[in-house]
Amino acid sequence: MAKIRSDYEQSWWPRFLRWLDRGAAPLDEELQQGLEETREGHLTLSQEDAAREEQQREARIRSDLAREEHMYSRLQEWRSSRGKKLINRLYSALAIVVCLGIIWLLLETASYLPPFGYPDNPANNEVSRRYIEQGMQETGAVNIVAGMILDYRAFDTLGESNVLFIAACAVLILLRLPSASDGGVHSTARLEAEADDRMYEPKNDMILQHAATLLVPLILLFGVYVIMNGHISPGGGFSGGAIMGAGLILYLNAFGFQKTERFFTYGTFRVVSLCALSFYALSKAYSFFTGANHLPSVITPGTPGMLFSAGLIPYLNIAVGLVVCCTMYAFYTLFRKGDL
Amino acid sequence: MLDILRFAVSCVLTLGGLFVLISGVVGVFRFPYALSRIHAAALGDTLGIALMISGVMVAEGFSVITLKLLVVMLFLWLTSPVASHLIGRMEVTINDELDVSMTVADLDAVWHEKEGD
Repeated sequence: MAKIRSDYEQSWWPRFLRWLDRGAAPLDEELQQGLEETREGHLTLSQEDAAREEQQREARIRSDLAREEHMYSRLQEWRSSRGKKLINRLYSALAIVVCLGIIWLLLETASYLPPFGYPDNPANNEVSRRYIEQGMQETGAVNIVAGMILDYRAFDTLGESNVLFIAACAVLILLRLPSASDGGVHSTARLEAEADDRMYEPKNDMILQHAATLLVPLILLFGVYVIMNGHISPGGGFSGGAIMGAGLILYLNAFGFQKTERFFTYGTFRVVSLCALSFYALSKAYSFFTGANHLPSVITPGTPGMLFSAGLIPYLNIAVGLVVCCTMYAFYTLFRKGDL
Repeated sequence: MLDILRFAVSCVLTLGGLFVLISGVVGVFRFPYALSRIHAAALGDTLGIALMISGVMVAEGFSVITLKLLVVMLFLWLTSPVASHLIGRMEVTINDELDVSMTVADLDAVWHEKEGD
């Protein structure tokens, strides 16, 4: 049980608080009373004394101020001349030290690396041998890289797609301006962003529009080609998705937001990204489950080299490509206008 | 004999392309205003790329790769000048001292450009 003190006001903590408040420790009550009496009584100052005291006080304040000003100006001078030089020198010295440290660290690390091209290197183990020798039979992908990233190590690729998605989410959180559907009214920030966009963007450029009418279908088709042939030839979801995203950005630049909003809005981005990522996760979960438990699976490698072969790989490529495409386009529009 | 001739032609074309590209880079760094810099850069975008790629085409001989190179060249010819044109338009739109630094033939067009629509 806590001890309750009756003389709490006299204990050190409230006294310390009062001292903080007033700037001095409170005097005892008796002493205080005595002081007040003397002030009222025989020690009152005369008019002249009071005036002189006032003058002295003012002079003291003025000299204090002058001294402070002098010190301040000297400090400023030091800061702008010698201090600046000192800090610059210190900064470059520190930069050199940090640079040399990093160089030393990296070289030290590199010296522990195995020599280039030796057959005994740890990279040449049974894993890569198996990928190269049996990858085509096991995954059905002619492109060994596609077989690796979307079959043997599909879990990593799911993580990469998720990283892209999370990056897009972070940009959305940071840059998306409140829209009419959220708040009901157009916010000033949004109107300002649109005015900015209109002011600094050359619009309805006929040359760009004609080039875009010619190029955008070709670019999108090429992106689809790269994605769909990811398991047969070099390419795949990431590169094809980047190409398609670039095509969309070109279309947006040529024809403006009104035209792109017919087929790509915030809702489209949300639905496409989520569907692609969950399709990836669910189908790969099924494939991992059946593979780990030696269960019969409906997914078969098929004939290597055919368009619809290699089990899940083409579909996973499509999912990854859609995520990459949407993310690129979303980044561009969010950084440009603050909305999709 | 024919091989040597082909090699010589491809050398001439590639070196000519290199010359154009290098002079374009020098121009980008040396010219004073954005519009003149674009002029230098666009030179490399069209003539430089055409010379380089046709040099590679001659060295390669006639095959599928030549056709692919032709497609690459056409793609770059289609896109790079458009990009230069857009940069130029951007400069005209946002540079308020355009008529101070250079002679403008059609000031009305510039004002129309700045106003936007």
